[in-house]
Amino acid sequence: MDDLLVNQFLLLGAILFCIGVYGVIARKNTVLVLMSIELILNAVNINMLTFGAMHGDITGSVFALFIIAVAAAEVGVGLAMVLIIYRNRSSVDLDDVDSMRG
Amino acid sequence: MIAAQVAQNIFFYVIAAVMVGAAIVVVTNRNIVRSALALIVVFAGVAAQFIILAAEFVAVTQVLVYIGAIMVLVLFGIMLTRSKIGRDPDSTNEHWWVGVITALLLLGVMGYATIDYFGDDPLPAERQIAEVNGSNTATVSDAIFGQYLVPFEIISVLLLAALVGAIVIARKDR
Repeated sequence: MDDLLVNQFLLLGAILFCIGVYGVIARKNTVLVLMSIELILNAVNINMLTFGAMHGDITGSVFALFIIAVAAAEVGVGLAMVLIIYRNRSSVDLDDVDSMRG
Repeated sequence: MIAAQVAQNIFFYVIAAVMVGAAIVVVTNRNIVRSALALIVVFAGVAAQFIILAAEFVAVTQVLVYIGAIMVLVLFGIMLTRSKIGRDPDSTNEHWWVGVITALLLLGVMGYATIDYFGDDPLPAERQIAEVNGSNTATVSDAIFGQYLVPFEIISVLLLAALVGAIVIARKDR
């Protein structure tokens, strides 16, 4: 245990990613699903920076910053959509948003 | 040098354990506000891991954008949609076991792939990329405003479009 391994960061990212996937599938509240998506994006950022550090390349940091910007845009639009769903249906449960069910 | 590596390892495992625990709280707790607060712990832990990876600029951006802006937005979302504050026994749907199976399968595949491919590959001990001025931050700014200028401008337009779109979607008088 005297060296930081590439794997320990990648496995941490994988674990966070899987927890986020579970949250997206299992949660009912739309805001909680958005929070799980943020978990997934953070896991991806850890992987980006790990590969950047591994190769001594700054591109990982640059794309992590881009992902942070896209995540900010995503959560802004996502919460606006949640608000309008709540205004129209008085509920944010994903099970209640089924008007396009075939 | 060895002592520094051991210290980094100890910090990594302590922070990683806290992060995984908090992430599990985020997806399982029945109280939505507690989930949001646990998510702040995860974001702070991610920022700490970025520091260990010598990406201090990304770590500061993570704290500013995620903990400062996105969590405030999420908390506003919780308040404005009047989600049940306090225990909500109905916050997980009845097919949660599908999520468990999917997540475990995914973790198995990804864990096997990374362990199989990277094995015991170490990270370089010196992780500052000192092409410009000897710091990662200077190198990041040089890359963003040089090689990656076009993607950076596209991200700026995307943020503006998202801002306008969010206002238009959430506006009341239509």
